[in-house]
Amino acid sequence: MRRRPVPVLVAVVIGFGAGLSLAGCSDASDLGATTSGTPSGAPGLDGQITVLAAASLTESFTTIGEQFEEANPGVTVTFSFAASSTLAAQIADGAPADVFASASAATMDDVVAAGAAASPVVFATNSMEIVVPPANPGRVADLDDLSDPAVTTALCQPQVPCGATAAKVFTSAAITVTPVTLEPDVKSVLSKVQLGEVDAGVVYVTDVVAAGEKVTGIEIPDDVNASTSYQVASLARSEHADVAAAFVDFVLSSDAADVLSTLGFQKP
Amino acid sequence: MPSTLSPQERARRATTGGGSRSAPLPLLLPALVGILFLVVPLAGLAIRAPWGDAWTILHGSAAGEALRLSLWTSTTATAISLAVGVPMAWVLARTEFPGLRVVRALVTLPLVLPPVVGGVALLLAFGRTGFVGQLLDQWFGITLPFTSAAVVIAQTFVAMPFLVVTVEGALRSADRGLDEAAAALGASRMTVFRRVTMPLIGPSLVAGAVLCWARALGEFGATITFAGSFPGRTQTLPIAVYYALETEPDAAILLSLVLLLVSVAVLVALRDRWLRGGVAA
Repeated sequence: MRRRPVPVLVAVVIGFGAGLSLAGCSDASDLGATTSGTPSGAPGLDGQITVLAAASLTESFTTIGEQFEEANPGVTVTFSFAASSTLAAQIADGAPADVFASASAATMDDVVAAGAAASPVVFATNSMEIVVPPANPGRVADLDDLSDPAVTTALCQPQVPCGATAAKVFTSAAITVTPVTLEPDVKSVLSKVQLGEVDAGVVYVTDVVAAGEKVTGIEIPDDVNASTSYQVASLARSEHADVAAAFVDFVLSSDAADVLSTLGFQKP
Repeated sequence: MPSTLSPQERARRATTGGGSRSAPLPLLLPALVGILFLVVPLAGLAIRAPWGDAWTILHGSAAGEALRLSLWTSTTATAISLAVGVPMAWVLARTEFPGLRVVRALVTLPLVLPPVVGGVALLLAFGRTGFVGQLLDQWFGITLPFTSAAVVIAQTFVAMPFLVVTVEGALRSADRGLDEAAAALGASRMTVFRRVTMPLIGPSLVAGAVLCWARALGEFGATITFAGSFPGRTQTLPIAVYYALETEPDAAILLSLVLLLVSVAVLVALRDRWLRGGVAA
């Protein structure tokens, strides 16, 4: 029995470590990152780049990354998708990354102001949509229903672009929405809706497209809807500046624009 | 971890003197590196803390709200863990039944399970569409996710095994001769439990409760997954720290210091108590 304390200690370390790892991950090559494509020794561009991209770009950038790798066989693109504000904080803390794609101008401005990136370019815009589980348990029909306290709503944190843009929508519609939870990024809002744990969420139009049958979208009228602009820039700390610049160019290409518009993004 | 040693064992070790001689260099150096590694990050917090503005920042941010929520939820989680976990530890330590080892492994699983996985599991069981949560909703109109109750549940799920493992270890190593003597003198099993067993394992019980409370206070992954995050209702101190790091880094540092100080204060206060308890027993 004298050996008992050892597993306890080990468990304490593991337990606390696991608890803190979420709060502490500033490394872009963390678990959240996804790698795609195969490296090979073709001529031209060569190397591995890490792209930090807004969570709402998960589907589009994964496809764009694959196309970029096909066009440049020597290149591997690794993505880390999270809230733009989270990624901006990681960049400020020195995360090793080459390109940043933000879901809002304000977040990109912070990164540029800190000297971590220069001359960002707008490549798409996106507006908001109400999303409900297919069964629509809260019987949500329009924006006004979200102000009903009986309707449980999930929103993004206010500093996350999707939260900031949703707040603009509520302001122009002159309604007050009290969410039950403020989620770390737009995909978390979407998953809470998909799981049926909330009656409604406010996400990007593109997230509704990406989720397909698993959710139902309810359009927000144009006169009250708000949009956010997506910006991309290569990062000053990049060790593969040529590849990073080529990726930024590729995001601005017509091939990438096709991918983006198929998924519901609007042209800037 | 002296807490799971029997008082006799502790007394023996104290008198024979385990390791008061100077340590050999091959052990001393890595030990120093280890100590530095654990202490340096804490020093980092203290060095970067905006001491001058501490009061205004803590007053202006949601710190007080988050601290209050964290304190009452983790204390409630510890109380529940004591009420359920101590009997559980007794059953695991003192009874025999088929599948005992499997049960023991299952109830201690949250110790090594990533907390986020625990949160997903809780959501799928007690969520509105979960197989238990669905019934709670239909029968009683109770939905747990995104409530303070969900915070307590997440904390209890993650922290209770710390108490159970500690208390179970103590029960196994405690002298059962005293229990048997009391029983032979006519005490009922419940009386033996209350008057003999519990006082014997008192120090370990306190240690387990403190571990459990500290773990509940620091809970992040299961909480944010199962309970979400809303200021005053489900946004506990660790979650507040996580978000503040994006918006107000200074507030995040101060909130972290608050958590650190609370943890240190509790450990110091209770360490003293259970050491004295051990000597008295």
